[in-house]
Formats: sequence, structure tokens, C-alpha cells
Amino acid sequence: MPESGGAERHALRLKAVSKTFGGVKALDGVDFEVLEGEVHCLAGENGCGKSTLIKIVTGVYKPESAGLIELFGERLDGITPVQARDRGVSVIWQDLALFANMSVAENIAFDAMVGLRPRGVDYRGMKKRAGATLERLGVTLDLDAALSTLPIAQRQVVAIARSLMNDARLIFMDEPTASLTQSETDRLLDIVRRLSADGVAIVFVSHRLAEVLEIARRVTVVRDGRLVGVYPTEGMTQARLGELMTGHMLEDSVAARDMSSAPAVFEANRLGRPGEFENIDLVIRRGEVVGLCGLLGAGRTELAHAMMGMSEPATGEMRLHGDVYRPTSIRAAIAHGMAYVSEDRLSLGLLQKQSIVDNASISVLDRLLDGLGLISNGKKLGLIRGWVEKLGIKIGLPDDAISTLSGGNQQKVVLAKWLATEPKVLILDSPTVGVDVGARAGLFRIVRELAEQGLAILLISDEVTEALYNSDRVLHMVQGRIAGEYDPSTTSVQALEEAIYE
Amino acid sequence: MNNLLRNRQVEFRLLVVLALLCAGLSLATDTFLTMANITSLLNNNSVNLIWAVGLLVVLIAGGIDISFAVASSVVQYAAAKFLIGIGGGNWILGFIVCGIVGIGLGLINAGLIHKFRIISIVVTIATFNAFFGLLMFFSGGRSIYSLPDWWSDRVILFEHQAVDGTWSELTLPFAVMVVCVLLTWILIRRTNVGRQLYAFGDNPEGARRAGVNIAAMQALAFGWCGMMAGIAGLMQVNIVQEVVPNALYGRELEVLAAVVLGGARLGGGRGTVTGCVLGVMFVAVTQNGLNLLGISPFAFQMIIGAAILVAISTSNISFSSLGRIRMEGSK
Repeated sequence: MPESGGAERHALRLKAVSKTFGGVKALDGVDFEVLEGEVHCLAGENGCGKSTLIKIVTGVYKPESAGLIELFGERLDGITPVQARDRGVSVIWQDLALFANMSVAENIAFDAMVGLRPRGVDYRGMKKRAGATLERLGVTLDLDAALSTLPIAQRQVVAIARSLMNDARLIFMDEPTASLTQSETDRLLDIVRRLSADGVAIVFVSHRLAEVLEIARRVTVVRDGRLVGVYPTEGMTQARLGELMTGHMLEDSVAARDMSSAPAVFEANRLGRPGEFENIDLVIRRGEVVGLCGLLGAGRTELAHAMMGMSEPATGEMRLHGDVYRPTSIRAAIAHGMAYVSEDRLSLGLLQKQSIVDNASISVLDRLLDGLGLISNGKKLGLIRGWVEKLGIKIGLPDDAISTLSGGNQQKVVLAKWLATEPKVLILDSPTVGVDVGARAGLFRIVRELAEQGLAILLISDEVTEALYNSDRVLHMVQGRIAGEYDPSTTSVQALEEAIYE
Repeated sequence: MNNLLRNRQVEFRLLVVLALLCAGLSLATDTFLTMANITSLLNNNSVNLIWAVGLLVVLIAGGIDISFAVASSVVQYAAAKFLIGIGGGNWILGFIVCGIVGIGLGLINAGLIHKFRIISIVVTIATFNAFFGLLMFFSGGRSIYSLPDWWSDRVILFEHQAVDGTWSELTLPFAVMVVCVLLTWILIRRTNVGRQLYAFGDNPEGARRAGVNIAAMQALAFGWCGMMAGIAGLMQVNIVQEVVPNALYGRELEVLAAVVLGGARLGGGRGTVTGCVLGVMFVAVTQNGLNLLGISPFAFQMIIGAAILVAISTSNISFSSLGRIRMEGSK
């Protein structure tokens, strides 16, 4: 593909691009360049203008002013969606935009069917082309299987294959790894490298900085609609990148304290449930943050469910403040002072279409009654105001739908909902999935404060650094058993990573 | 073959149940498995099948239509008035007029749904009432009996006399039904436009982003359903030889039940012509069997209701995984 061995060619060049929404500058004179075949990372906090930038390149938005727009060496006055697609620009959105009831082959080849001029459908040719594209990615999938039968990681591959079918030469991937496990992420990164070697430019948007530094050659950092700078990833650290994105230092250091003298709040002795976990001995002390690491499927979430009375352990016992604790329902667990911020807050933790105030108050409605025994709006609003202030939640109006908030703020509302029940033990299950780096720091600051106020906290996390930097002790779970305990002040990230992924 | 079994489970199960039902009825009665009974079953269900494939397209596109049966009545009445008015007409004119009026009524639904972003069940319940109200208002509830001869005369395509002297025959509505079923199959299975309908029903936002013309999809789905309603209306008149304004009122739920039984998903993106035909035939054979066995017609509604519940609650369970659960449970 390269014409000569000389200078590298640009897939995309944008200079001084600006875009305003309702008086707010979403992008203010931003430059953005991607080389052909390069893996480039676009980094920034939620709301910094990343999505606006992607939408300008794909023609969804028109910029107000732009010094230069150039796609594959061709100067354009503006980009329309058709122009973008014809020139090989493709976006894989976080929700993938695939069709669950259609076959894998049809999903991959779908774009060829768009249009109102009737033509026949050639299923055999479609399968052949889809198969060839998957081969280019080095992946085999059952082409006849309905997409709904595939795990999310494979759907991601289908989405990538689909964009390759359109001869994509510049692919934007929006948070592609947010819902993948580590090994799935590794496989995806392999595919990305393969594409890059094939001459396809890839712009990667991710909140997981470790991954960004591993895969990308350069990173463009945007903050508050302005370009912070373009940096090579070589020599860049996660802490430095986080700092560039948020504009302030992030306390990324071990904060472990020795809590072994504090009284135990929650204890589990030889707790087991066939097929989920076995022989679990676990102590969480007053004011202690216990990290729980392990691969997806190691039984962490299952353990949390048993602690919350959502499933019944078959063997062993649990104790709360020394008394035997046998919750028969989640209501019983809450009454005992347990709280659980679930892994999948989008579907389990929040009622997306309801308002912020209703979401925050749902767990404590019985305490918000007025003289007539009806729910008092005033008390509800008082509750939410208190939490908005305490947790620093950024909201519009309390009556806005929860879906209007960013990931980090949604997570805080979930937290507020549970803290309103005045718990003694708080379980946080993967609390930072889909939450950006600045908001993460804020979230953990709150966790730290809560611990200092005496709450016993179990922090379940997929990310080793997150668990190590924010816990007092880290437990490692493998195939339903606790395989090891680590002291963050004497354990390095690498050592723990090796223990978990090897 | 394996793929067929895996991706067409609903249809396969329905086929097995239907075959068992037919076998059972053949043994239990000596009237079920006669050519006369089978052909009359096919003739009598032609109208339901034409409606069903029209409705199927709407369900695949993620909508629902309650108004199609009443729309057929409107088409019948309007076509009868118009054709008598111009001096009689003929079959070709009949198809054109009924088709166009039907499409027009369907497009009213599509337009309201798309323009005002109202969900289809609300729109079509409204148009169901509006269509029927207007029809009763203008017709005064009076039936039309003196129809042009071409319309009310039976067109026999096949006839056969059994040894005992009973006649069996297939009539025009049957042939028209076969054509409608085939055309629908070609549309949704063999054309790019049909596949876009599936995509739109499956994930409207994803389809929109891929460049699918949403307005065109709504218009196609409801227009097709309307056209089928028009043709069904034309055929129903040929069968009963009269236009009775309220004759088709209430038939929509029976057809909807049959299509859902055939595996079409309320909510869009799933459904096949095969399943749809099997669903209608299952309902038809059940009703026919109960008649032949001399069982109360109320039992029919009970059975159809139960069948729908069983079909829907089991449609997400595959037999192989059911087996696995049992094995794990017995450990």
C-alpha cells in the first residue's frame, strides 16, 4: 500500500475544528491527526468533546469552523455521512448497533443491503464474504448462528468485521473493552494490531488507561473541548495520562492501612454454594476496604449475591457483628445493614427512565412518608439534595431522568440510594465500569471517606491497579476459592497481575 | 439441516404438533382426513392466511396492527360502491381498487406512527375504531347483496367427486392466498428491502445509523399489510357473496394469535412465513377438529389461549438446553 518508503501518510487531518451547542463550546479549535495504519488513542474525560469529534469526522455534526478537513489526502469542505462512509470511515459505537435476531453473516454483510432499490439477497455469497472478512481478522465464528447467542466479545468482533466489509480504512472504536474480561480484551487488542499491520488506522477511545498505553502509538488528549496535546505512548505512564486528562494530579498511590485490630463487622466461615464458590473465609472489619480480584466467573459476584440474601449458601455460615446472619431475601439483608452496588448498574441498579430523585429514594420510601402515610415530595427532595452535596453529584434537576447523567454520576446516585439505607457493610461490584478516570478518583475518594466513617467495604474489581490502590487488603479469588491475600503496601501491580492472569 | 433445526425451532415444533394433531384427528374421526374436509379447510382459511402474512410483515418491522380486519370491511364496502357505480367492473379492476384502497388505509397508519411518533398499537386501535365508525356511519349498517356476477360467482380451480358422491374443490381465494404467501416470502426473505424490515424491527436505532430509511420501512410494512387486507376483503366477498359491514369485526385477534403462535415476535425482528402459515393452520385444524368431534366451540378459544401461552413461554427454551438443565438437576 505505501507508495514509497518515505513519509507516512495521513488518514485524517483536522485543524482548528470548533463546534458549539447552545452557547457551550463543545470543541474549541481542536487539531486531530491520524496516520494510516496507526493505532491512535483519543483520551479525555466524559463530556470533553471526544464524541463530538467522532461525530464530526463521520459527518453526523457539521463543524462551525474548521481550518482544514482532510481525509486520506483529500481536502474536503465538510464531511457528510455518505462521504465519510465512501472514504472508509467507520465507527463502532459502544452499543454496536447490531441486529440480535439476524445471523452472524447477515450482520456482517448488512450494509450492502441498505437502500430502497429492490435487489435479491444472495445468502451464499454473503456467507462467503463474511467468512473471508473474519478470516482476515483471524477469527472463526459460526456464520449461521443468531447474533443473540453470541457473547459480547464475539459481537464486538462481528461489529469490526462489519466495518471491514465497507472497506473501512479508518475505524473509531468507542469503549470497545468496557464489558470485556481481560482475556477477551487481549484477543481484541490482537485483532486491532492485526488491522493496523494491514494498513487500517484505528482510533481507540477507552477509559482503561493501561490498555490505551499498551495498544496505541500516540495519544491525543482533549479536555473541556480543547486540545491538551498529542503524545507518544512510549514513556507515558497511567498517572501522567490521567493527569493530562483531568488537569490535576490523581492520587494514584497505595492507601492501605493496617486494620487488623478493628472489630470484625462481617465474617464468613467455610461458606460454599455448589458450582459458584466454596470454602470462603472472609472477614471485613469496621472501616476496612477489602479488595476482591479475580477473573470474570471466579465467583466474586456470586459470593456478593449470597451475602445479600439473593441466593442461599449450601455450607458454612455468615456472621454480622458476631451474630449468625442468614438472610432469606434482599430485604432481610438490607434490614441487617447490608448494601450492594451491583455490577450492571444500567440494568440492575437503576430505573433508567425514572427521575434521579425517584432512583435515589427507592430503597428508603418508607422513611419518606408524610402525616397521611403518603410519600412526601419534600422529604424526597431533601434526601437527594443532601446526597448531591455530600457526594458531589453533578445533576441538572432532581426530576431529570437518570439516563441524562454521565456514568460516574449515575454510579454516585446508585451509591446515594444505598447509603440512604444507612448500611454497615457496603459491597461495590465493579463500580468503575463505564466511569471515566476523573470521576473514578472522585468515587474512590468517597469510598475512602465512607471507610473512615466506619463502613466495612468489599470492593470487587476487574482492574488490578484499582483494587490495589484503594483497598486495605486484596483477596484473589480463583474458581470459587480464595487463592491468596495480598498487602497492597508490599505488593506491586505486576506481582498481583501475574498472580491473577497467569 | 442442523441450522434449519436450530434457527427454526418454533416452526419445527409447531409442525410436529400440527402433524400429531392431524394424525390424532384422522384416527378419532372418519371425516377429518377426507379430501372434502381438507379442501374446505384450505378454502375457508384463505382469508385468514392472506391477513396473516400481511400482519407478519408489520410484526417483523416491530409494529402491530389491530385495524386490518376492519380495513378489509372498509375496502369491501368502498370497492362495492365504486364498482357498482361504474357499471360492474371485473376481476382486474377489483384487485386494483381493493389493493389501492387497502394500501391507502395502511399508509394512514404508517403516516400517523411515523409523523407523530405514536406507538403502533395506539394508532391502530384508534384507526380500528375510526375505520369501523366511519363505515357504519356511511353504510348505515346496511349490507350489499346485489354484487356484480364476476365477484360473487365461485371460480373453481380444481374439483373432484369422491365415490360416495361428495364434491371437493379448490376455489380462487385459495390460489390468491398461495400467491400472497409466496410474494410475502419473496419480499421478506429474498429481497434486501425485506431484510431491512427485519433489521428495523430488531434494532431501530442501529438500522437508522446504518442508513435504513425508517419512513420507507413503516410505509412498506403497513402498506403491505393494508394491501393484504384489501385483497383479503375482495376474497372474503367472493366466498360469502355479500358485503356485510360488521362481518369482519373482531377477526383481527384470531389472526394475531395465529401469527404469534407461528413464532413472530411482538417487538420485531423475528418471524417467518412458514411459521405464520403453520400458526394459522394449527388454529384452523384445532377448530375444525373440535367441530368434527362435536365439542363446544368455547373449548376452542380456551385451547388457542393455552396454546399461545405454551408457545410463548417455551419459545426461549431450546430442547437441548432443557435436557442439560434436567441432567444438572438430577446430579
